[in-house]
Amino acid sequence: MKVSYYPGCTLKSNAKNFEDSTLCALRELGVDVQELRRWNCCGTVYSLATDDLMRHLASIRNLIRVKEAETDSVMTLCAMCYNTLKRVNEKVKSDPDSMQKIHKFMDEEKIAYQGDVKVRHLLELLREDIKFEAIRKKVKKPLKNLKVASYYGCLLVRPKEIGLDDMENPTVMDDLMAVLGAGTVDFPYKTECCGAYQTVDKPETVADRTYSILTSAQSRGAEVVSVSCPLCAFNLDHRQKETAKKHSDFKKMPILYFTQLLAIAMGCTEESLRLDLHYVDPKPLLRQKGLI
Amino acid sequence: MRTNISKKKVRDEFVKKIEEISGQKLLACYQCGKCSAGCPAVGEMDILPNQVIRYAQLGFKEELLEANSVWVCASCYTCNVRCPKGIKIAEVMEAVRQVLLRKRKDHVDVPKLSAEQKAGVPAIALISNFRKFTS
Repeated sequence: MKVSYYPGCTLKSNAKNFEDSTLCALRELGVDVQELRRWNCCGTVYSLATDDLMRHLASIRNLIRVKEAETDSVMTLCAMCYNTLKRVNEKVKSDPDSMQKIHKFMDEEKIAYQGDVKVRHLLELLREDIKFEAIRKKVKKPLKNLKVASYYGCLLVRPKEIGLDDMENPTVMDDLMAVLGAGTVDFPYKTECCGAYQTVDKPETVADRTYSILTSAQSRGAEVVSVSCPLCAFNLDHRQKETAKKHSDFKKMPILYFTQLLAIAMGCTEESLRLDLHYVDPKPLLRQKGLI
Repeated sequence: MRTNISKKKVRDEFVKKIEEISGQKLLACYQCGKCSAGCPAVGEMDILPNQVIRYAQLGFKEELLEANSVWVCASCYTCNVRCPKGIKIAEVMEAVRQVLLRKRKDHVDVPKLSAEQKAGVPAIALISNFRKFTS
């Protein structure tokens, strides 16, 4: 199976652990991942202003790159890229006038984009194309005795027409973790916003959110929280430093991308997990469970 | 506190501008408060999300433009997906931000951010923050 892949900016730097673990796991699952050529930033956030078409250009250019690769579907890993690319695509598909205006700003592009690319998240690929049952058969190292709380955040599930699962009670990541042999932990904060980009100018706000989200997961028995967004990962992992300073009863816990857990189960090497990029070191827990 | 509601304020250009930029019909809101009940950022807001809509309906321009609520909102869309009238509250928040940003009144002063603030966070945080909070 060949898959066209859009990485986005952070997957190549702070979230290299997300990318490397994904590429290794998909290799084990027999997927041929082809990174798009000349991709650019997706814009990170979908512009909500009705008259602000200019900010959709970055996403449209990426969708044109997909067409240039002679395919009509693209896979993303980052929840923000997924949301932005998919929403922009839906916007121009449902509003051809806006597409016409946008074309005028991109007359150097060889393809006049028509809104005909399917934007998909890796979780959809795993669930619908590869299928969880097939993944179960390929598990080499089950995540037994590991209690994982899956954190979905905002942009994988909202708004409804964009989300890849039930917007109030998503379970897709939990279903995957169960297939990998982990114990799944449901918790009420799984779709509560981590504070997102407020982390730049209001890190204390994010520290409070991290406190609420992680203590909720811990109270349900979670040993690790799995995520699918590099910004959630940064806020829930690296902002634990500020969280611990602000809340004396806070106990730090490791945060892992769901793909790192998938890669462990698929028998990938420790190098592909890039555990050096974490603030809270997941190695002691993973060693204790015999997973690395 | 005494509040004066006037036809002049309600019919002000500001109300039309918010409706136009957000693409929302403000008067559809019947003030049930569900947006405020589910908002994770509400603890830090000076005006609750349902009040943002109410102020916008009534043309309380100064109060809205001075409120910190629109800058605390992280567009998580919890309000949008739960509104029984289908109003996109996050879009209204964006419209209020845009009214200020389009006059070059940036919320985040990029040159004033410390090297640590800039280097300590990933690209995804900086780009999204500047897109939302600067003109």
